[in-house]
Amino acid sequence: MWRRLRAASMLAAAALPATAGAFALSHQCPPSFENREGHCRLQTVYQRYTSLNDAGVGGLKTGLPPVRDGFTPEQIDLGRYLFFDPALSRTGKVACASCHRPSRGFADDRPGVGVTGTAERRKAPSLWNVAFLRRFFWDGRAHSLEEQLKGPLYGAQEMGNRPARLLTTLNGMTAYRALFAEAFTDTGGGIRSDHVYQALAAFESSLISLNSRYDLYAHGVADALSPPEVEGLNVFRSFVARCAECHTPPLFTNQQIAVIGMPEPKGRPFDPGAGAISGEPTLRGGFKVPSLRNVALTAPYGHAGQFATLRDTVAFYTGGRGHAVPSGEKLQLHWHIWEPKLSAGELDRLVDFLDALTDESFRPTAPTGVPSGLPIPN
Amino acid sequence: MNKQCLVTSVIVAALAAGSGYLYARRQAAPAPTTAAESTAATLAHVQGGAAAHLSSLPGTGGSHGSVITVKDGDSIQDAVARAKPGDTVQILPGTYRQTVYIDKDDIALVGVIRGADWPTFDGEGKRNDAVLYSGNGVRVENLKIVNFKGNAIMGQAGNNFVIRHNWIANAGVYGIFPEFAQNGLIEYNVLTGIEDAAIYVGMSDNIHVAHNEVYGNVAGIEIENSRHAVVEHNLATDNAAGILTFVTPGLPIKTTFDVIIRNNFVVANNHKNFAAVGSIVSGAPSGSGIIIMAAADVIVENNMIRDNKNAGIIVSDHKSFANITPDPETDPNPERIQVLHNLFANNGYEPMKEIRALMAVNLTREGPDLVGVGGGAGSCIADRDSLKILGVVTSWGVCTRTSTADVTNYLLDKPAPPREISTGERGKLIYSSVCAGCHAYNVRMIGPPTQILQVMYAANPQGIADYIAAPVKKRDDFPAMPPQAHLSPELRLAVAQYMLSVNQPKPAPAAP
Repeated sequence: MWRRLRAASMLAAAALPATAGAFALSHQCPPSFENREGHCRLQTVYQRYTSLNDAGVGGLKTGLPPVRDGFTPEQIDLGRYLFFDPALSRTGKVACASCHRPSRGFADDRPGVGVTGTAERRKAPSLWNVAFLRRFFWDGRAHSLEEQLKGPLYGAQEMGNRPARLLTTLNGMTAYRALFAEAFTDTGGGIRSDHVYQALAAFESSLISLNSRYDLYAHGVADALSPPEVEGLNVFRSFVARCAECHTPPLFTNQQIAVIGMPEPKGRPFDPGAGAISGEPTLRGGFKVPSLRNVALTAPYGHAGQFATLRDTVAFYTGGRGHAVPSGEKLQLHWHIWEPKLSAGELDRLVDFLDALTDESFRPTAPTGVPSGLPIPN
Repeated sequence: MNKQCLVTSVIVAALAAGSGYLYARRQAAPAPTTAAESTAATLAHVQGGAAAHLSSLPGTGGSHGSVITVKDGDSIQDAVARAKPGDTVQILPGTYRQTVYIDKDDIALVGVIRGADWPTFDGEGKRNDAVLYSGNGVRVENLKIVNFKGNAIMGQAGNNFVIRHNWIANAGVYGIFPEFAQNGLIEYNVLTGIEDAAIYVGMSDNIHVAHNEVYGNVAGIEIENSRHAVVEHNLATDNAAGILTFVTPGLPIKTTFDVIIRNNFVVANNHKNFAAVGSIVSGAPSGSGIIIMAAADVIVENNMIRDNKNAGIIVSDHKSFANITPDPETDPNPERIQVLHNLFANNGYEPMKEIRALMAVNLTREGPDLVGVGGGAGSCIADRDSLKILGVVTSWGVCTRTSTADVTNYLLDKPAPPREISTGERGKLIYSSVCAGCHAYNVRMIGPPTQILQVMYAANPQGIADYIAAPVKKRDDFPAMPPQAHLSPELRLAVAQYMLSVNQPKPAPAAP
């Protein structure tokens, strides 16, 4: 029943008319935020739970890590326009939303949509609940959204822009000058990079997904999950599969770097991941543990999109410790990677459970047009 | 350190020479409790039994509600599903081929032992766990648990727990494993045949581990990335390593401190290390009594530490330990370790090669009671002249503290607070985090604006509460609302009351 309800509400969201008026900024905080003196503050039942050492990891009724909130509704809505506007790219054809596709859990399912048309080495991760993260990129090298978003904005293969060029573009558009002036008090000298970054960070931080059927179960509604899904939850948190040790509720990530020895896509060289950032040899092949919120929407899976389905992905973990490590690579695999010998049925139940983490009821609507007047990439 | 396992013949010899009385105890243990035929007698026994001094950990469940009895052939999970906070699920002797999960608060799972007949969870080598819980105030007692793959008893973020008087054999990776917990008591359990730590306290605070017997495991008792723990009056024997306290890197909670290890028997922990390849404890050298890795403020007092062939106590940093990936967010060194007065005898008679190398450098042929490797500062030892010490321990100072008698335990005086929140507060949060996704105050979203609903239902919150349980499509231009019948009537009313009280502030000017 829950599945049907969620589908109904999603359809309803898709049918929403655009925000009234051409390029007016909303004065309304997004759902799940309360407007307190002009600033949007997150509201969720999880905020009334604690977590040990305030680490934001634990079990069902565990509090979240600290949240990045407090942006104004205007900044968030300006960020929404920027997010969908291909004017941010060198070619005027690629927007943030080209790779962080709203219909795919704000992740990407098709490599090679960047300005050069060449496939990126890694898959664009989901943006749901990034307001709670403190490490960004698969190798964890950035520590804020502002730091992170410069990567794709100025990456040669992604949006290919340069800071000065981007500002010239935006300052050259009357509509953007007006919108930035509404969202920020200090645009007298023109739109600055930090305004752009902050607006994008504000929008990304508003993508909250904490109302899945799993969440209802966590809050105490025992029949919110079906029996196979509960079975899947029990496999997930057991110390046999050990999923919950790193994909820790409530965010389903502990935000650590783990070396698990996933294969690269066929014919692609080994990706050293975090090992290339820190120079620490034991982190070679290490990647940030991704959140599993909305994971059913974000196929393909793995840092390089190497698994087509969730079933293939969970099967990796029972394929044998180090079975996909290329010969000649000596990786210090994470201690939780072992030989759990999960049955086919258990793998199926895990997928059932992961499906119950889907909640895009607060997915923002794409604008029908963007201030640059360019067509919004789909 | 080296992860090689030492020669089996040495182990056998050590065991044979070791501890006859231990074997005698083991066969009898745990001593079956007296037959308890009636519910009242059972509860009275549990509450007032051997554990009287710590039996009423504040906030633990099952002492004030009703009793649901489960007999052989019944589903324990069905009983748990029926149980309300405060209830006790009483399990009669029999064989239960089940996994039980408890995702609600204040539930006791209490076995009834009649003579030698225990209620036995049998995983048959194919089930993952016997008992999983996430609720606060869970109590698990008097169960025999055998042949599971993962854990006997595993808790995730369940505070104020009691795990007492269970008999656990060959139950997987961990025997008793509370994680992300605050305030818990683990006592009078017997555990053997566990591939990792028999009792594993992971990322938890305020834990008391007492009067347990752990033998034939890889690690006996492990306190990992946890704070404020006392480990006392336990018997750890015939494990690869007896009692361990670690900071394991790469975990989201990064510290271990304020751990007291006292009054334990740590005897002949010379078992072959049979841990899974790559696990952290696979790096624990067989023959180690106590291992302290990268933890801080650990006090070791008045333990009987004998016949551990590698070393009595090992104090190590991360770098010196096998299988460790460094973590820039953790202190890799042991800090302020205090080894007070303990009884040592016949330790270090067959040390690993790294310790032998240290012995050679120090021109001694005697293996260590206490060996330290790596960095750290502020550690001390009470009676260094009577101990065989090695490594950095030779530079430790003399402890000024002489006893831990000032610390009875690190349990909380009051239970960790409940996680249920008041109905009114939850009504507000549900409105903001769920309803407001469709009902903005004065803007049309998916559903009608709250402002309009306030006019329609003025002074009639019950009308809203009733409607949202089973909504009917009312307007052609809005989709039907999904029912909220999963919310209790009280909660629906609280949401409705809050909805009628909402008054969104006027649009504010943009802030800097």
